[in-house]
Parts: sequence; structure tokens; C-alpha cells
Amino acid sequence: MKHISDIRIVVIGNGMVGFKFCEKLLAKRQASQQISITVFGEEPRVAYDRVHLSEYFAGKTADDLTLASEDWYADNGIKIYLSDPVVDIDREHKLVRSHHGIVVQYDYLIMATGSGAFVPTIPGVEKDGVFVYRTIEDLELIQSYARKAKKGAVIGGGLLGLEAAKALLDLGLEEAHVVEFATRLMPRQIDEAGSRMLQSQLESLGLHIHLSKNTQEIKGGDCIEGMQFADQSFLEVDMLVISAGIRPRDELAKIAGLETHPRGGIIVDNQLQTSDPSIFAIGECALAHHMIYGLIAPGYEMADVVAAKLTGGEKEFLPFDMSTKLKLIDTDVASFGDPFIEEPACTTVRYENKAKGIYKRINVSPDGKTLLGGILVGDAEQYNMLLQTCKNKTILPPDSEDLILGSRGGEEAGAGVMSFPDDALICSCEAVTKGMLCHEVSEKGNHTIDTIKKSCKAGTGCGGCIPMVKDIITGTLKQNGVYVRNVVCEHFDYSRQELLDLVKMNGLKTYGNVLDTFGKGDGCETCKPLVASLLASLWNESILQKDRAPIQDSNDRYLANIQKGGTYSVVPRIPGGEVTPEKLIVIGQVAQRYGLYTKITGGQRIDLFGAHLGDLPEIWEALINAGFESGHAYGKSLRTVKSCVGSTWCRFGVQDSVSFAIEVENRYKGLRSPHKLKSAVSGCIRECAEAQSKDFGIIATEKGWNLYVCGNGGSKPQHAQLLATDVDKETCLRLIDRFLMFYIKTADPLARTATWLNKMEGGMSYLKAVVVDDVLGIAAELESDLQQLIDVYQCEWKEVVDNPELRKRFSHFVNTPAKDPSIQFEEMREQKRAKEWA
Amino acid sequence: MNTETQIPTDTQVTWHIACAVSDIPEDGGGCAFIDGKQIAIFNFARRGEWYATDNECPHRQQMAVSRGMIGSHEGEPKVACPFHKKTFSLKTGQCFNDDAYQIKTFPVMVRENLVYIGL
Repeated sequence: MKHISDIRIVVIGNGMVGFKFCEKLLAKRQASQQISITVFGEEPRVAYDRVHLSEYFAGKTADDLTLASEDWYADNGIKIYLSDPVVDIDREHKLVRSHHGIVVQYDYLIMATGSGAFVPTIPGVEKDGVFVYRTIEDLELIQSYARKAKKGAVIGGGLLGLEAAKALLDLGLEEAHVVEFATRLMPRQIDEAGSRMLQSQLESLGLHIHLSKNTQEIKGGDCIEGMQFADQSFLEVDMLVISAGIRPRDELAKIAGLETHPRGGIIVDNQLQTSDPSIFAIGECALAHHMIYGLIAPGYEMADVVAAKLTGGEKEFLPFDMSTKLKLIDTDVASFGDPFIEEPACTTVRYENKAKGIYKRINVSPDGKTLLGGILVGDAEQYNMLLQTCKNKTILPPDSEDLILGSRGGEEAGAGVMSFPDDALICSCEAVTKGMLCHEVSEKGNHTIDTIKKSCKAGTGCGGCIPMVKDIITGTLKQNGVYVRNVVCEHFDYSRQELLDLVKMNGLKTYGNVLDTFGKGDGCETCKPLVASLLASLWNESILQKDRAPIQDSNDRYLANIQKGGTYSVVPRIPGGEVTPEKLIVIGQVAQRYGLYTKITGGQRIDLFGAHLGDLPEIWEALINAGFESGHAYGKSLRTVKSCVGSTWCRFGVQDSVSFAIEVENRYKGLRSPHKLKSAVSGCIRECAEAQSKDFGIIATEKGWNLYVCGNGGSKPQHAQLLATDVDKETCLRLIDRFLMFYIKTADPLARTATWLNKMEGGMSYLKAVVVDDVLGIAAELESDLQQLIDVYQCEWKEVVDNPELRKRFSHFVNTPAKDPSIQFEEMREQKRAKEWA
Repeated sequence: MNTETQIPTDTQVTWHIACAVSDIPEDGGGCAFIDGKQIAIFNFARRGEWYATDNECPHRQQMAVSRGMIGSHEGEPKVACPFHKKTFSLKTGQCFNDDAYQIKTFPVMVRENLVYIGL
């Protein structure tokens, strides 16, 4: 570029890429530069969003789809001629002539002529009722013809064809058929298994899909009446949309003598320059790196490269990633990286769930370290994360299947978006990187998705990156030390910990009081059980008294676990797993009388399933009369303290673990906490009670007891860690008191002790410093708070059994003592089970 | 609440006595068996409003909506099914989490400490 000031630029084509070029050129123009821009467009309207064209049928107007109004062109000094295609280029004199005879001189000419629908040469293709699917005018024609049509077909099972088929459904046709020449749908984007899954999803939505069909002739008089296929079959239709691919619009370039490819496309180099250095080609008319890029993101990138070059910058168009995500008739479809690479060049992990219509495939490098590509059908929520992981060659977690299945411990797999490098492309439509987004947040103070959209356009294209942009906003704020508050819900602008302190200081004891004093609105299923748990943890009053019953989760409200079918299960407390034969007989009698399925639990107790809501008070009356208490299996509270038989019988035992387990269980029974609490006591180092998998576990030693905390079983097992060694019983209980109360006061809602510790700054050494060494000076308060809860403990089932008002609530119907007639059971191994739900 | 004792007769619905006001806990729900149907009734005391809906949650066909927690979402009263926490508008029955689900809603009238449901 010798002189970059005072240049005349002519753009042929006012599609999405042609428009984006103008926008980028204006943005990059230097102050000293005088640029005149003239645009010629073939269509009667200014550039619109062709990617979302089918939304036209879903109620969007042509104006909604417009990218910028005609005023925008005028305001920016762009001369635009619509319905006036360029018909001739005089390269020698650098002139273009339009259909209406307008002649304009250029220094640089930008060909953004796009593509047209590829129409195969099938006899009868000229008949009325045969359409292509490309412009708003095409859609208007389809729309008006569809009013009198009943059966429609689309030739082409690719991306656009399926969009067109959706349009036919939206237009109310009785039947919509998709006819594809290949053996499966979307063969260029997804693999065989993904195609099958997509096909069955689309078929379940009413589309008829015909594969391996070669259309030989379109039958009918003036109007289409049917399609004759090469295999002699016939399909009766009264309208047809052809969407068999795109053909680059290179006819003008050919006339002008520019180099084009025999199969279509204006040949360009890395600068998007054609064989004439004054002429550039961008978008779907250009053949770069031996291919036509039929997606919007590479088209925009091409516009950016040429705009940079004409304003004195240097940029190359590199082979562009063809990863894509789209929604076809409510079904997500995405592919990224190299979706088709096969073993042994990679290790492939596949997940298929036919019931839910989900298929996922990831291709991992043979060493298991990086992601090479993949396919998502039915659920593409992880697309952005996977795409970035793939592009940035982020090191994968050891279990790469977590990437598509999610880690089953509740936390997200991988280190998340904040581990990406600064140059990771987050918004590929607008080429916004992570670094740019962090800059927006840190330097420009844009802290919301709306302000980010305004200032750097990220998220304004396809919108697929918005979840990641949000994560980057939050992550950057956190890195900058801005306190991101984890508030309860729309009704309480406080975190759980803040609310606990406020409720305690103000001595509030009902939900209504808490909501009136610190909240707004009417509450919801998030804040109600949370406040219920706080009130129980602070005061330990009956959870069903005052206004507290309706704020409990269903299990707490009926003091039993709701099960499939709507019946409840009953778990009496059996401390330490020790039970007399007499008590066992009572459990058996109760189960017999009320027809309950009986099973031993993992926590050395007995669970009785299938109880009708109305039977619960009588069942408990019988159990309580025999000396049982509530086992709190339904609550976020202490469940069970498992034990091994210990020194009373075992020849290896060094301490009486059963007696200690019973003491521990009776001490903490009924204690409500952010999540359930499990414990165990082992009588020796062999650890038969598995105490190291519990929230707090105790193991006997020759000299006393070792106390372990923050273990977890379940989906993400974690060993408990040693808090104190060789302590006596009293010290052990005192440390557990402090530990539990510290957990109750500081944990997030529904965080088990293991998760709480994992998030704690300073980890185990900090926890030890607080609980054992009392560095915060709160040990005495923690102990007395806990003692207060122990002092007021009452069996909540006994309260109900003895209180007719509370008993009344345990009835399925309010107007008849009848049981729920919809409950059904099935026989299994001489017991009953809940009927499988639909 | 209207305190007239006259029960309207001009409307399309047939009014049924469901239960006494005290049978439904304040800011909670209960289920009435009316005309062979299970109807969930909610006493939204905080708002001074009553609502009635299907007792069956369309997600897993469980008869439990009346045991759900009530609350509001941006001012719109709602109920959460206790099974999988699908939430429904008490005004329209529309599911907030999934457009595909909808429960029926019914008019409620309170007269002299009795709750009537219009079917």
C-alpha cells in the first residue's frame, strides 16, 4: 500500500460480510484518511441477518433482521445503490458499471457477492411451487405459496435444508419431508451415530426423512405434484424447497477475467487479494486455502483482514476453524476441532442416551492430554468450553469423560474459563479474546453482560459465548479482589452466613419475621428451606410449629423421605447400629401391619418404604412406644454414627467403639446443618466402621481416640483428615462441638463438610488453628452454642404423635381420610416396590 | 376477600365446597378430593390470596403439587413441586423451568370460613 489516504473503495454486494467490511473499515480508518465508500447491492433491502433467516417465519420482521438502517449508511457517508447489481468491471480504467448504468471509479474493489443456492439440473425444476431458500424474497414467496399447500419437501439434509424443513413446519404444512442424497443427515458436520440421533429427534418432531434418495424428476403440470426418485419410488408433494448446497457468485469475476476455480469461487491469497491486486474477494464468493468458508465467523474475519490492510495495518487470513453450533428445530447440534479423527490417531469417548436424544463424542490425543475435536447432538451446553479447551490445547483432567458427562461430584470439570490464555478467542463472531474481556472488566469498569455487549460487541452475534463471558466477568472481579457476593435468591440480598448472623443477633424465630426484616417479596423454594435450616441450627425449636411447617422441604415437612409414587419411607434411629431383638421384632410388626418394603441401609439402620402419608403418625406412634426416636433420615442433619463391634467382642479392638458411637449419636441427634452429617467410630486401626469416609470419624488408639474430619463417600469420595491424635473422649467431643458449629456458621447452603474444607482458604491447617488452637478466640462460644441446641433437643416425631393439631396435617386429602388412590405398587421378591414412573 | 355470603351462579363453573379455611396451613397448601379429581389448594396468606391447581405434576405424573412450597418469582406467585422442583405460576399454571409443562388452575372463593373451588 503506497498511499493510504484519499482512497475510493467500491463494495459489490451488501450481504452480512459486505456490511461488516464497511463497519470495520470505518472503525479502523485513521484520522488522516479520506475514504469514500460506494456499495452496490442486488437485493432491494440493506444487509440483514441471513443466519437467523428462519426466524422470519417465527414472527421476526425484515426490519428485525436488518443489521443497520439506511440512515446508518448515509450518516457514515456511504453511498449505497440497492436493486442495482454491478454488471461490468473495467479493470484497466478501474471502473464498475451497474445494471442501471451508474459508473463509479475505484482504487480498491471489494467483491462480496456471496453465494446463491445450488440448484441441481433436475427435469421439472422450473415448475411453480419449487423454491430456493436464500433471501427474504425467497421466504416471502415460500410463505405465500404455503398457504395453499399441504405437503412440502426439502431437497438437502444439510444445515440449511433442515432449517428450511423447520420453516415448512412453522408455516403449518401437514407434512414436511427431507430428501437427502447421502446416506445420512449433515454428513459434513457430524458422524454416523450423531446423524442417527439427530434423525430420530427430528422424526419425533414430525419430520419425514428420506435418505439415499436421488431425485430424478419433478412431476406435475405447471405446478409441482410430486417427486420421482431413481429407485422408482414416488413422493406426492405440492411444494418443494431446494437446499442442496451453495454456489459462489463468481460470474462477474469470470467476466472480468479474474482467476476463479473450475468448481466455483474467486481464488484469493492470504491477504484475500484476487489475481488483480486492486481487487479483493471476501465471504462466500472467495476461495481461500482451497475452500469456500460457508460460515459467518470466517466471513467476518475476512472483512477484518481487508479492512486492516486498507487502513495501513497488516493481517493475514489463516485457515479458519470450522467449529459450529446451531439449534435445529430445538435440537442442539455442534461440532468442533477435528470431529471425525479416528483411532489410533486419538482416543474417542462416546456417550449416547437415546431416551433423551443426546449423543456426545470427544476425540482426545493418544496421550490423553489434549482435546482434538468432537461432536454434540441434543445437548451442546459444553460447546464453548470444549471449543476453547480444544483450541488452546488446555491440559485435560485425568478423567476426560468428565468433559462431556460433567464431574459427578457436583463441581465442574477442568479449571474453567479463567485457566485459558489471554489470546483465547471467546466470541468468535466478533473476534473478542479473553484478554480483551478481562481488560473491559478491569480497566473500563464494564461489569455486566449488557455493558460488555455495548462496548466491545462480544456476545452480540450468535450469543453462544455469553455463559463464558459471564464467567470471565465474575472470575476477573474475583481476581481483582472485588467481593462477589453469593446471595441467597431474589428475596434475600445476603449470603447464608450473613443471614445467619442477622437472624441470630435479632433473635428472629419465624420465617415471616425474617422475610419482613431482611427480605422482600414472598419467598421461594430456595430461601424458605434455607431459613428453616438457619432457624433450626440457631434455636432447635420444633420445625413444624409457628409458621415453620410450610417453609420446610417436603421431607422435613412430613418428617419422612418422599419416594417415587408419592409414598414415604421411615427410618427409626438405631444409635451405633445397636438394636435389641425386642425392638427388631417391633420394626418387623410395624412393617407387616402397614405393608412396608424393608431394607437395611448403608448406615446400619432399617428403612421402611411405601408408607402412606396418612399412616405415618400411627407408624411412629408404634415405634415411639417401643422406645424408638426419629432417625432424621429426611433432614439436613445428623444421620447415623456407624460403629464396628469394638473391644466388647472383637479380639483386635482396643476401645469400646459401640458405646462411644451411641454416645456421639445421642449427643448430636437432631442437629440441623447446611447439609447432612455422617459419622462413624472404629474400635481399632483396622477401621471396619469406615470412619475416614465420614464428615467426622473417630478411630480408637491404644491411648485414646484419633479424630478425622471432612471426609465424604458418595460420588466424589474424599478421605477425612486428621484433626487430633490420642485425645480422650471429653476432648474429642469438645473438638467435634467446635468443628460442627464452625461448619454450621460458615458453610454455603448445601455444602458438605468436604466441599466446605476444599473451599476454605488455608485449608486443614486453618481449620485446625480455629478448632484446636482457637486462634479466633471463638471456641467457647461455639461450644456453648452447640450445648444450647443439645439441651433443647426433642424427638420431633414424638411431638407430632402427641399433638392432634400437627397430626391432622398428615393426610393426603384435607376433605376425606381416604388415601391417595393414584398410588400403585408392583411385586418384587416377596415385597412391594413403587410403580415405575412414566 | 369478598365477604358476601352469596355464591355467584352466573359463571361457567360449578362451585364445590373443598374444605374449611383452617384445613389449609397459612402460606402452605393442601389437597382436596373433588368430583373425582385431586385439587391442590394454596392459602397464600402473605399476599391475602388463594389459589387452586392440579395436584398432579406433569413432569413425572406425581400427586404432590399441594405439598410443594409456594413463593414468588419477580412478583408472580408460584409453587415448586417437591419431587424435582419444577416451579409453576399459580396464576397461569405455566412451568417456569420448562415451557413444555403446564398445570391447570381453578378459581377459588372463600365464604364464611369455607373454601370453594370452581370446576
